[in-house]
Amino acid sequence: MRLRRCGADAVLVELDSLTEVAAARAVLSGLPDVVDVVPAARTVLASFPAGVGAIRLVRAALEGVDLSVAPAVESRTVIIPAVYDGPDLELVATTAGTTVDDVVAMHSEADYTVAFCGFSPGFAYLTGLPEPLRQARLDTPRTRVPVGSIGVAGEFTGVYPRASPGGWRLLGRLADDAEPLFDPDRTPAALLTPGDRVRFEASR
Amino acid sequence: MTRAVTVVATGPLALIEDLGRPGNAHLGVPPSGALDQPSLRLANRLVGNHEGAAGIESVLGGLALRAEVSCTVAVTGPSVPVTVAGRGCDSHTPLHVGAGEIVAIGSPRAGLRCYVAVSGGFAVPVRLGSRSTDVLSGIGAPLKVGDVLPLGVPAGPPMGEDAVPPPSPADQLTIPIRLGPREDWFADPVAQFARLTWAVSPESNRVGLRLLGEPLARVPEFAGRELASEGVVTGAVQVPASGRPVIFLADHPTTGGYPVIGVVDRLAELAQARPGTRIRFRVVQQSSC
Repeated sequence: MRLRRCGADAVLVELDSLTEVAAARAVLSGLPDVVDVVPAARTVLASFPAGVGAIRLVRAALEGVDLSVAPAVESRTVIIPAVYDGPDLELVATTAGTTVDDVVAMHSEADYTVAFCGFSPGFAYLTGLPEPLRQARLDTPRTRVPVGSIGVAGEFTGVYPRASPGGWRLLGRLADDAEPLFDPDRTPAALLTPGDRVRFEASR
Repeated sequence: MTRAVTVVATGPLALIEDLGRPGNAHLGVPPSGALDQPSLRLANRLVGNHEGAAGIESVLGGLALRAEVSCTVAVTGPSVPVTVAGRGCDSHTPLHVGAGEIVAIGSPRAGLRCYVAVSGGFAVPVRLGSRSTDVLSGIGAPLKVGDVLPLGVPAGPPMGEDAVPPPSPADQLTIPIRLGPREDWFADPVAQFARLTWAVSPESNRVGLRLLGEPLARVPEFAGRELASEGVVTGAVQVPASGRPVIFLADHPTTGGYPVIGVVDRLAELAQARPGTRIRFRVVQQSSC
């Protein structure tokens, strides 16, 4: 673990694994003064009100904490209805050396966890992707990925909360009756938050 | 008549902003809010609102509002001509606007963003704890001609004093910067910052102030290296592959995949920096970790 300053009032904690990220996020989220805690693949950013001494607070909070154990917090499970008709199904199946049906079965039977959010509001990076589906991004990213597209990239799977450019391999999309990933007029606005468990339910 | 104002002209860009929605970065939602917060707070104080009430952030003026009820209005930010029902008035002072009268803002001679507060504040819907328009997330939208903006209940009487002198935005800024978190990607950052001057790009917006000029050089072992996306703060000076820095403003993405060389906090001055403004950075010494 290494602490790096981000200005006077925020600290970036560098970590070695997603488990350590989850553990550090849980500790830092519990600090009374903290404004934002932003987990990512190998870091957690914690920001504080001006002048409270960010680096001192973070160092004290993480001192002596065993980060090798994922936090035992109660997490909710979110079921996402999915239609597996994505344009990259064949590519993913060929790369995995299997069939399209098997790709759909693997993706919809796995248990996922929201490791972190970013890229755009409500975009959750889900871990727990079966090994054969861990594949590279497209060589040429699409200029427009439709809202609700379900994709895979590296160790992550995720759903595009709105149309945007993107290079993830697309397996499908949200079912028509699925809740949108992000809706600023809904409470909570984001369907998924770090630590949530997620399953995709295939509907055809 | 309900308490409201109607938008008669918008100028280049007019947005409802308050002090933003910090605390949602883990959902990918930026803090947003007024870029020049001292100016919004002042405008609100002048009309008797709480400092965090929602006002209008107007880029380069040109905004006109018709009051549907009598109200108090204040315009802050850079010095700017204001008219009420065609009469010339001052910025930075409370103005009485009668029902049916139009308050219009001209163009600031310097600076970029004016702030308009109306007694009661703009009571547009609260989303994730704030009324701010966030151009990155698509929360809220720029004001359009014909928009009817409801007003809240005034919190108190307008501030008594006659006028507050407006700040005068400079055409050259030297901004203190605290190095980190990724200053080790760059070759002698203190010396590079001492030597280099940039200019504000016309492609700048509420997401970031883009700078034009010489690139910042990386150390050889980090040349061409990629960074796993990590959380970034408002004021972060991110250095994309081009080497030309971007200063993240209130609507910045909450994570980024390029190294942040340092962080600045003089955001109100940067909010008023027009394209072409010359920017230098001065490295602030920090006590060691």
